[in-house]
Amino acid sequence: MIPTSHYLFLSLALFTIGVIGVVTRRNVIVILMSIELMLNAVNINLVAFSRLVGSAEGHAFAIFIITDAAAEAALGLGIIIAFFRNRETLLGDEMDLLKW
Amino acid sequence: MMPAEYFLAHIWMIPLFPLAGAALMLFIGRRLPNAGVNAICVGSVFLSMCFAFGAIWQLVSRPVAERVVSYSLFDWVPAGAMHTNAGHFMNFNVPWGVLMDPLTAVMLLVVTGVGFLIHVYSTGYMAHEGGYYRFFGYLNLFMFSMLTLILANNLLLLFVGWEGVGLCSYLLIGFYFLRKSASDAGKKAFIVNRIGDAGFLLGLFLMLGTLGTIQFTELGPAIAAGHFEYGNATLTAIALLLFVGATGKSAQLPLYVWLPDAMEGPTPVSALIHAATMVTAGVYMIARTNAVFSMAPKALAVVAVVGCLTSIFAASMGLVQNDIKRVLAYSTVSQLGYMFLACGVGAFTAGVFHLMTHAFFKALLFLGSGSVIHAMSGEQDMRKMGGLWGKIPTTARTFVVASIAISGIPPLAGFFSKDAILGHAFEYSPILWVLGVVTAGMTAFYMFRLVNMTFFGKSRVDHEVAHHIHESPSAMTVPLMILAALSVVGGWVGWPESLGGSDRFAQFLAPVMAHHEEAAEAARTSSGSSTEYLLMLLSVAIAAGGIWLAYRWYIQRPEVPGKIAAANPFLYRLLYNKYYVDQIYDAMFVNRTKDLALTLGAFDRGVINGLGVDGAGWLTRITSRISMVWDSWIVDGLVNLAARVVWVLSYPVRMLQTGRVSRYALFMLLGVLIFLGYYFRSTGLTLTNLLH
Repeated sequence: MIPTSHYLFLSLALFTIGVIGVVTRRNVIVILMSIELMLNAVNINLVAFSRLVGSAEGHAFAIFIITDAAAEAALGLGIIIAFFRNRETLLGDEMDLLKW
Repeated sequence: MMPAEYFLAHIWMIPLFPLAGAALMLFIGRRLPNAGVNAICVGSVFLSMCFAFGAIWQLVSRPVAERVVSYSLFDWVPAGAMHTNAGHFMNFNVPWGVLMDPLTAVMLLVVTGVGFLIHVYSTGYMAHEGGYYRFFGYLNLFMFSMLTLILANNLLLLFVGWEGVGLCSYLLIGFYFLRKSASDAGKKAFIVNRIGDAGFLLGLFLMLGTLGTIQFTELGPAIAAGHFEYGNATLTAIALLLFVGATGKSAQLPLYVWLPDAMEGPTPVSALIHAATMVTAGVYMIARTNAVFSMAPKALAVVAVVGCLTSIFAASMGLVQNDIKRVLAYSTVSQLGYMFLACGVGAFTAGVFHLMTHAFFKALLFLGSGSVIHAMSGEQDMRKMGGLWGKIPTTARTFVVASIAISGIPPLAGFFSKDAILGHAFEYSPILWVLGVVTAGMTAFYMFRLVNMTFFGKSRVDHEVAHHIHESPSAMTVPLMILAALSVVGGWVGWPESLGGSDRFAQFLAPVMAHHEEAAEAARTSSGSSTEYLLMLLSVAIAAGGIWLAYRWYIQRPEVPGKIAAANPFLYRLLYNKYYVDQIYDAMFVNRTKDLALTLGAFDRGVINGLGVDGAGWLTRITSRISMVWDSWIVDGLVNLAARVVWVLSYPVRMLQTGRVSRYALFMLLGVLIFLGYYFRSTGLTLTNLLH
């Protein structure tokens, strides 16, 4: 049986990749994808601990988060399309209207 | 079927016809042809005359004791409670009311009758003048004012008419307003009358304060109720103040100076306003308030002396004038002096009698002179006339009739009225009688000097004028003939008792003058009828002497007047220049007033404008400049300083707000890491022992 720590390391790796993606990338679609990565890292974490404890609650949460991620992706892509129509760009650095 | 006494019940309508005529002229006169103006303006005066004659007829039909009609149309000045000088409370209310009694009747007869004739005459005289509708509009407005004046039942309403006729006098004297002398003469008349009006108003106020009423019919009862003694000082003051007003309006010393200049107006105006009606308003007013005057013997003495001096003073100036209208102007002043002399000696009826006869013959003289001027293409200088008798026969004959009437030759109108005045003056003081008779002689002389220079002797007419000499149209000559008839018979109503008459004129007016007649009854008995005959004979003889002298000097030996003038150069120049009164007034009052005005103007410009207004502006500008500096430097500076401090302090925080989402995410990550690191350190956990 694969020890729980492996799952956690995988989860940590995925989350770190996601965070680095969010922080470093400029394209908002990539940022959105990175956020998906981070969500799935959390899912792996939840399922891993659920198996360790022997409870189904973690699975239930994971399913909630998958649903949530789908909704979030839909919303995020919608905002991105609206933004692109206005500014004709996908660069997050350009999104500075709230600065002042 | 007319109700009984229809006209007496509607006397208030008499002034309204000319008022309507004047209003129509104001609004549509410009668009009317001359015939339309004639129909409206002459027609309105004709209606007034019909109403007036009807009212007079109905008044005369009444018994003597009931010949007073006085009623109010509406409350005009409801001023409310006041208290008199005697301390009584009263409710002061001036009504717009009319009064009709024998005195009003005489005035109505003169004003509407002579006024109508002069309106008819004007249609001929003014036919070729510009401003035809304007002239008739003013004439109608004058008729309205004059009728208001004589129909008023109180002194304040009389004052309204008084001012109205003054206004119309101003407008009509300055009718040819493009000529500077005419507009100056209008202003002079108006301003000189203001001086008199000030006295009138003060007299009115004093009368109201003392007697508590200004209604004519209540004056006698109020004096009786107040128990004023004969010669009371307050009543004397009232009488004198009212007389000041009368000297202005009726051109007496010292305010007569405007009347000769008023001849700048068209001749019908001189006839209507400055001979027959308006200038007699002062005499009418004194006769109206005779209840007050007859209680003030000192005021009456002043009236008599001023009237007598004016008459001889003006007559002496008339002796040497060469302008045909100016001779008549001085004659008017002189005859008005007679009327005041009559009032002053207590013979109000004689004054009013002379007012009436004078209106007839003086209107005729003026209209006749207008006809002469019309024939002479505008020439007014008698030195350029002469020999006109055959060329303008109607004018000449009527003019001579009027001249005989004014000279006091029986049985024409002037004789009776002048004789009545001189008779009463003799009873009062023989000195006044002597002055009056001398004036009568001078009157006869200058009138026949005028007649001889104009109508007889050799023609001195300019050659080109001589071709155009023509008799005036019938619109002008018919009024002359009617007035000539009145100048002959007008005096017969006052045929004195001593000549077998009954002096019905005096009896007619007696109820109005009740106060005086009682007081004068005692004095009357002193002179017998033989004295009266002698006085009459003397005055007629002197008048005839004046006529004879004029004939001798201006027909038989025309070189004599020049010699006399050359022998007495000082006297001639004094008379010819009217005693230099205008120059003296200019030096004493007019120029001093102008100096005062210039000084005040300089004060206004320098001190009020310069120091006051401009100074205040300068001060405001300086203070606002200081205020602006304070505002922009100190107040704004503090506000900006606060903002700048916040700006500087906020610099580090501001730098964090880049607006880049990824940067914010990095900060978030850093925050989480710091938090985690702090958490792990404080709990002693490490990543490895966390996993195992």
